[in-house]
Amino acid sequence: MAASAKRRRGWRKRLGALARFTGALVIVGGLYSVFSPGLYAQDSAENTIDADAVKGQELYDTSCISCHGDSGEGIEGRGPSLIGVGSAAVEFQVNTGRMPMAAQGAQAPDSDYPVFTEEEAEWLGAYIEYLGGGAVVPDDLEILVADANVGEGGELYRVNCSSCHGFSGGGGALSSGAHAPSLAGVSDEELYQAMLTGPQNMPVFGDNELTPEQKADIIAYVQYIVNDDRDPGGVFTLGRFGPATEGLAIFLVGMTALLLTTLWIAGKS
Amino acid sequence: MKRRKGTSDSLLTKAGGELDDRFKLAGPARVLLNKVFPDHWSFLLGEIALFSFILLLLSGTFLALFFEPSMVEVTYNGAYVPLQGVEMSKAYASALDLSFEVRGGLFMRQMHHWATLLFMASILVHMLRIFFTGAFRAPRETNWMIGILLFWVGFFEGFFGYSLPDDGLSGTGLRIMEGMTESVPFIGPWASAALFGGQFPGTSVISMIYIIHVFVFPLILLALITVHVGLVFAQKHTQWPGPGRTEHNVVGFRMFPNYVMKQVGFMLFIWGVIGAMAGLFQINPIWLFGPYEVSVVSSASQPDFYVMYLDGLIRLFPAWEFRVPPYFTLPAVFWPAIAGMGLSVLLPLVYPALERRFTKDRGHHNLLQRPRDVPARTSLGMMVVVFWIIGVISGGNDVFAQKFHISLNAMTWAGRIGIVVLPIIAYYVTYRICLGLQQHDREVLAHGLETGILMRDPNGRFYEVHQPLGEPDEHGHSELEYGGWVVPKKMNRVGALEPTDKGFFKSIEEPSENGGAERRDEIESGHK
Repeated sequence: MAASAKRRRGWRKRLGALARFTGALVIVGGLYSVFSPGLYAQDSAENTIDADAVKGQELYDTSCISCHGDSGEGIEGRGPSLIGVGSAAVEFQVNTGRMPMAAQGAQAPDSDYPVFTEEEAEWLGAYIEYLGGGAVVPDDLEILVADANVGEGGELYRVNCSSCHGFSGGGGALSSGAHAPSLAGVSDEELYQAMLTGPQNMPVFGDNELTPEQKADIIAYVQYIVNDDRDPGGVFTLGRFGPATEGLAIFLVGMTALLLTTLWIAGKS
Repeated sequence: MKRRKGTSDSLLTKAGGELDDRFKLAGPARVLLNKVFPDHWSFLLGEIALFSFILLLLSGTFLALFFEPSMVEVTYNGAYVPLQGVEMSKAYASALDLSFEVRGGLFMRQMHHWATLLFMASILVHMLRIFFTGAFRAPRETNWMIGILLFWVGFFEGFFGYSLPDDGLSGTGLRIMEGMTESVPFIGPWASAALFGGQFPGTSVISMIYIIHVFVFPLILLALITVHVGLVFAQKHTQWPGPGRTEHNVVGFRMFPNYVMKQVGFMLFIWGVIGAMAGLFQINPIWLFGPYEVSVVSSASQPDFYVMYLDGLIRLFPAWEFRVPPYFTLPAVFWPAIAGMGLSVLLPLVYPALERRFTKDRGHHNLLQRPRDVPARTSLGMMVVVFWIIGVISGGNDVFAQKFHISLNAMTWAGRIGIVVLPIIAYYVTYRICLGLQQHDREVLAHGLETGILMRDPNGRFYEVHQPLGEPDEHGHSELEYGGWVVPKKMNRVGALEPTDKGFFKSIEEPSENGGAERRDEIESGHK
């Protein structure tokens, strides 16, 4: 009797634990579904893949999958996951010819001959967006840049960008073969995408570090000093690398000209 | 001076006579105008520095009229749009106004900067000429030392000028100087505090280095240059050995009119080159650098080229810090920056004395030596040149790494290994080249010139006909002594063949159809 009572108590105990556990699961699950309603909503709303993303997926499966893996999950040691990087990152990397990468290296070099057209890059972007959303360039970028403050942009540029890209936007070396590229000939959109997504070795400047207006200020400043060529001081800027090329010029141009002159003057006796 | 009768009518002669009566000028003027200078292109290198310096004084005076050496904060409201509304020091604002709102201001600023680079570059090239030809030997050691001092005063004068505009790059340079100063054991922090009036950057450093830059150092430079040139006059210029040239004469042209004309022409040429560079090539675009802020350091922040090798040494030196906790720390930067600079000042200063000691050569020398004839000195010089070049390249190694797609880490390690190994290789290679050149000189003196004419013996042996330079003995050898000067190595150097084409930039006469062959005799025989 005592033994059966003990067994029954054990049975009840276990049943009670199960009930409490189930109850806890229901509460947690219920709370979770209450506080994250978007989870299911999104799944049902965006599960339909649009035509651009389908075309993007076709391109992805032939040109990107070997490094970034099936459905952009990434492959250890070859390429990072692309889920959540957004179309801004995709379009920047593809339109500047950095992706698809020809070979693994310190960083992907940009190229004047991108593999995909801008339209194809948009499709790829749409596919990556479909996989996991992410950063996008605001539609009113043109207006933002038009209203930008160049002086403000200059200060932001010097504090945030010059330590890698240099005072004059000529680019600079980073460690182990990586480099910050020159900003010459880079479009507003690419500058914005780069700041937003931090390609290669660049840090990400999210909207809480630099607001879209501040990014537009920087873009306006870069375009002013680098690409609009409103730069006084002579015909040649010597690549704007500062004293390194100036020193080269004084020997290659000034000294050479004067050494030839000494030969000429001494030769005239 | 006695006036010659009958020729003293012209106004000029009369004026000269009046002046001489009052100031006794004729004697010194005659000595000066009759002074003889030897003529060789390599004797004109110091003049480049001299005439750049004159231009530096002129352009610097112009800049000083508009520049305000003040670190008072102002809000920029000038012509350059991207800096409008930015807080900056008055020094930087006035440098911007000087560039954008003073007529010709930017041109003058660029001219001042290019002239500085040319000044320092020509000092270096001039110094190499003096060194490799042994022109620093007795009795000219003092002038060599003055020259070395001129370089170092110019070095700091240039660095201070670079720091004055108070832009982002100059502030970075001052920051590095602060670090270097603080690395000196014991006195460093105090010296730095004295320089910056407390904490870096302080509010006084610009006005202090301004006075040094526009007054103290130019005065020292001017004094040193006067003594430097005065000593060349007093001790007479060295000359290359050659026919009629001895240790006790000077063969060349008189000061007036020949030498003066050449010098004036050369001066205008130098100023023309500097002016052309100032107009064509942008230099030090301070408007891009922004006002100095301690938190802003751009990539590719380099000093001017004459400081760059020290920057390179700092970049290459490993981070070896010496500590006796808790009392004493000797930072790694001390070795390349302070010890490195100290040795760079000291070694050249004492080199003439060292060479005297090792060669036991106590004589006075007015004739120069060809670099090949003193292989040990030439090779030592090349060691220093290679060391310096690696230092300069390493000072700009980030720019090199980026532009030539090399890893910056690889550049650093290549510099670290190269700066130790390559000078040694340079010594050996230079030594062998010197010996080879010497040997070839002796060979030509003994066997004669190669004529390019190949002969064949009846028994089938080929040999080249040589043109002996002296009377040959029965073996075809001549006993000519090496005179320390160029040995002719080609037939047309000894007048065998006329040059087919004369003139420097273009022919002054039409070259003959067949190279003037009808006017020459074929060389028919000679000694093997």
